[in-house]
Amino acid sequence: MLQLKILFRNAFHNKLRSGLTILGITVAVLAFGLLRTVIGAWYAGVDAASASRLVTRNAISIIFPLPIAYSEKIRQIEGVKLVSYGNWFGGIYIDEKNFFPNFCVEPRTYMAIYPEFVLSPPEKKAFLADRKGFLAGRKLAAKYRWKIGDTVTLKGTIFPGNWDFVLRGIYRGRDETIDETQFLFHWDYLNETMKRLIPRRADQVGFYMIAVTRPDVAPDTALSIDKAFKNSLAETLTETEKAFNQGFIAMSGAIVTAIQMVSFVVILIIMAVVANTMAMTTRERIGDYAIMKTLGFGGGSIAVMIFGESLVIALTGCLTGMILTFPAARAFGQTLSTYFPIFIVSAQTLWLDLLAALLIAFFAAIIPARRAIRVGIAEGLRRIG
Amino acid sequence: MAVPLSYSMRNLWKRRLTTILTVSGMALVVFVFAAVLMMAAGLQKTLVETGSDDNVVVVRKGSTSEVMSGIERGQAAIVEMLPQVAIGGEGRRLVAKEVVVLIALPKRGAGNSNVVVRGVQKASIPLRPQVKLVAGRLFRMGSSEIIVGNSIAKGFTGVGLQGTLNWGMRRWTVVGIFDAGNTGFSSEIWGDVDQVMQAFRRPVFSSLIFRLNNPAAFPAAKTAIETDPRLTLEAKRETRYYLDQSEMMAKFLRILGLSLTVIFSIGAIIGAMITMYSAVANRIGEIGTMRALGFRRRSILAAFLAESLLLGWLGGLAGLFFASFMQFITVSTVNFQTFSELAFKFTLTGRIVLQAMAFSLVMGFIGGMLPALRASRMKIVEALRAA
Repeated sequence: MLQLKILFRNAFHNKLRSGLTILGITVAVLAFGLLRTVIGAWYAGVDAASASRLVTRNAISIIFPLPIAYSEKIRQIEGVKLVSYGNWFGGIYIDEKNFFPNFCVEPRTYMAIYPEFVLSPPEKKAFLADRKGFLAGRKLAAKYRWKIGDTVTLKGTIFPGNWDFVLRGIYRGRDETIDETQFLFHWDYLNETMKRLIPRRADQVGFYMIAVTRPDVAPDTALSIDKAFKNSLAETLTETEKAFNQGFIAMSGAIVTAIQMVSFVVILIIMAVVANTMAMTTRERIGDYAIMKTLGFGGGSIAVMIFGESLVIALTGCLTGMILTFPAARAFGQTLSTYFPIFIVSAQTLWLDLLAALLIAFFAAIIPARRAIRVGIAEGLRRIG
Repeated sequence: MAVPLSYSMRNLWKRRLTTILTVSGMALVVFVFAAVLMMAAGLQKTLVETGSDDNVVVVRKGSTSEVMSGIERGQAAIVEMLPQVAIGGEGRRLVAKEVVVLIALPKRGAGNSNVVVRGVQKASIPLRPQVKLVAGRLFRMGSSEIIVGNSIAKGFTGVGLQGTLNWGMRRWTVVGIFDAGNTGFSSEIWGDVDQVMQAFRRPVFSSLIFRLNNPAAFPAAKTAIETDPRLTLEAKRETRYYLDQSEMMAKFLRILGLSLTVIFSIGAIIGAMITMYSAVANRIGEIGTMRALGFRRRSILAAFLAESLLLGWLGGLAGLFFASFMQFITVSTVNFQTFSELAFKFTLTGRIVLQAMAFSLVMGFIGGMLPALRASRMKIVEALRAA
């Protein structure tokens, strides 16, 4: 108990310095927490994906379509429960910087396969009844202040022209890990327009979404789908939705790695700062240590005091930082909602924060503790200041 | 009279451990700052060098990249006959009608990534003087032969010389590897346009590239293309076209880099502040003596500020020293805007050096200001008594 009191007294002996160090650690923990959350947001699509859903696309690459005729053939394959399909539309709303994911789907099957998009029955009915209708996520509709019945125009990049849509429903996510910034409309609207304007691009889909009967048959089903279209003009590649989403992240892997590395650099920076504080503290207190040694305290207990002091400072900063991470993440998530629709601080991040603080405290105290243990009594007493 | 600079320098030397720790904290911040800016600069440099100023790219109106674009043969023929198109050797027009598609290839070490396959014509090669064959030979027109850029040959598996790829129910043989220097073409695969279109069942071209007979003729060519009611196309200078493709990613990197370094610099500034406060606290007696000797408050302030700026300067130098080694690293990642793989190098420019040094001095200045003020405000008698 007494030792704990000494630790706190020592840690806050020089209030200005400890205050600044704690502030530094707070900022570092905050930065670390936010960066980990950014990485988490990157992987949000993978975490939310189900392992019992398959995605089939053209084996050459995602930009090539598949014929709509595959839909019936896939339905006949064993293990397949439901088949839906869609196209990435890539439309621009007013300006390129207003980015949100927009694609067309076959609505009935899509909503059956994706129960996590929650929609009220009247809105669902209205959406299904209107071929030019579209669904928007809650966050997306709130961002652009769209109300049910509003007409929204997207400029096509892949499919030329200006496309008008009418908002028929606003969906909510089943829980907070579901992306509420998507824009969904009828595949038929796209297809009928293509039939009229560019007939060679009609009756094609970008990807099939498949629900399987049981999760454990998913791998076999994926193999039999690909086998069915082997040696055809449009060979397919089927993988679980998780793997499909993972593929997109793997492409920007270099950036994720960079952010990951940078999140550790911030810990190194603050380690240098705290080590500096501890070095200065022990330098000033060499005389005290000499006196303690004269009184019979061993090198071990002096080392414990130094490590303890470092720990007190690091943990205080860490706790403040952890508490501040939550409001900061909320503010950050709101401004960056275009890039990261899901922005949640995970429990793992908090544990890593704590681990980082412990590491900082430990490494910062090594050199000063070694010095304090080694100092001779006479030398320490002789030294002034 | 000013306190000599050597006083500040010796102080830093006297407390080496503290100096090293503070400087290394700052150096890390400068390193991150410089590295991110170098990445953005490298990306932009690569894409800008990909284009040449007297080439024009024609794509379908509204499409942001060649992959999304489509040009019917009839429309291509109209553009080909524009009077602004340069005439090359053998009296042929310097026009290349190309098709650009993406294919998924296994990347060395990590999953699949999208690679650009460009179907080219004879004229494509004189239009891109950067492209040089380094191994093997050029593909023969009319055959299933392809040549690959050196970044692709290095970064992906199965695309070495004599390697084969399968698309469109055909087997394609790699017969050559080309080096296009520090440009986007190094991350592409080239083949005969008619063969590629046939294999991918694409009846339309993606883009049309031509050389202007006179660089100043661009506005005339642009107006001719964009006002012709038969065409739904738009024309861009090749440099502009590639610059646009780097914009979003470069902006993303810059914003990321700046917000990171601003947060990090708070840590480093605090480190400098702690160091300088303790430097002042340890030297109260000295400060009193100097004041008694007749040094003005201003000189004391300047001496401590100089010490702190010196810390920042050292941190900046160390950070830049390590960041300069990043120039040996080539990153290959997907450009969000084109959705295809692009290899680029970290590039250190004079502007980045200046920005990084200015940034580190600002950190030193902010960190040293308050402690230096405290030192300069001390009363002579109290300071001398405290010692």
